[in-house]
Amino acid sequence: MTDPSNPQASAIIAVADLVKQFGRFYALRGVSAEFTVGRLYAILGDNGAGKTTLLRSLAGLSPLTRGTILILGKKDLRSVCSEIGYMAHPSLLYDEMSGMENLRYFARLYGIVDDQRCADVIRAVKLDPELTRPVGQYSQGMRQRMSLARALLNDPKILLLDEPFSNVDMRSAREMVGLLVGMRGSGKTIFVVTHQASLLNGVADEFVWMEAGQIVNRTPDFHPPDFHPLETR
Amino acid sequence: MSSDGLTRATLIKDLRLEWRSKDAINSMLFFALLVVVIFSFAFDPTAEESRQIAGGLVWVAFLFAAVVALNQTWARELRNQVLDAYRVSPAPPNSLFLAKALGNFIFVTVLEALMTPLFIVFYNLRALGPAWQLPIVAVLGTWALVVNGTFFAAMSLRTRSREIMLPLLLFPISIPALLAMVEATTSILTGEYSAKFWIVLLVAYDLLFTMASLLLFSFVLHAE
Repeated sequence: MTDPSNPQASAIIAVADLVKQFGRFYALRGVSAEFTVGRLYAILGDNGAGKTTLLRSLAGLSPLTRGTILILGKKDLRSVCSEIGYMAHPSLLYDEMSGMENLRYFARLYGIVDDQRCADVIRAVKLDPELTRPVGQYSQGMRQRMSLARALLNDPKILLLDEPFSNVDMRSAREMVGLLVGMRGSGKTIFVVTHQASLLNGVADEFVWMEAGQIVNRTPDFHPPDFHPLETR
Repeated sequence: MSSDGLTRATLIKDLRLEWRSKDAINSMLFFALLVVVIFSFAFDPTAEESRQIAGGLVWVAFLFAAVVALNQTWARELRNQVLDAYRVSPAPPNSLFLAKALGNFIFVTVLEALMTPLFIVFYNLRALGPAWQLPIVAVLGTWALVVNGTFFAAMSLRTRSREIMLPLLLFPISIPALLAMVEATTSILTGEYSAKFWIVLLVAYDLLFTMASLLLFSFVLHAE
């Protein structure tokens, strides 16, 4: 395993002994793992398993109680935040503004002043940049795509996606999976937290199973839903 | 993009959102209007009495109305957890803070511009002192309210009862500024004494709390 204290570490992300406590509840209980570049990881587990907390910790949104995160060889997550794209379960978009207006604003946060980049990522998720309708009037599927477009704005090396397929129809979800495969092909490392793991069967490079705040298994294939990782250990 | 450019982009975004939703300005106006009308029914002062009490009435009305706007500015960042998009970006926290404070300053100034004529009519006000100092007091006083208000509204953002928490935090710390605003306004309206001391106090208060807010906002933004 990569030593998180070693800045020359080869893994794009290495985490060691991550503990996250909310009051008396432990959302993460000593998670240690490393993830290599250019792979698509599906993070699976029941509700409350710690998937979202792990993703938020990697995004720098949830300060840890204990443990170390090393991203691109750096411990200071603020210094690598422009290399990370984060898509949360909520859209992280202003309902009163159009998709283009939203992206134009968020692009400024990354120092991008070129509207062409915003239009390109909107087209990449198969939406129309000319759409003037406010995001609040989008369908759930469109909102999810626009949210993905926002996460792609800064052309990140690492994509953290929390439930990108929830409330999305099957056709749109498959299109999103196709998009993720293309991005993985271009060298991005992608983490997808999902309850619809079957969508990533044969696509994800690894399925990371979480339970009660710990990674309990990592498998190259998706196992049927009745598979219980702890029983196989 | 420079920090100034980012502040401008965030301010424009906030003004656009407010223009479309009218969340803050409508509730502020309605609230302030109610205060003016209720106070005018409650008291029936002579012109001289009005000059003595108007400073207090005006600023209390603006303070209460500003709280409505202050709660709204951050509330819209909580919808769809949009604030997280800012938190994961490399954008400096102070750009967000300054944009929010400037936005609130504009909203409260618009409110003051609309409500002041009503106060003048309802309370038959005429300044006996140097009236040119009133805009200075208004600008300094409004900034004192919004800079603290923006900071404490951000602090109370993740609390369960943030709409109660904000006044609980804001009002006690605003007492020196409120005192200075009321005294300065009263002195200008009555012409009995100089407002200079109170204006200097407001300047000092504004500088101190602007610096403190800018220094501490990063911790507030990135706290869970």
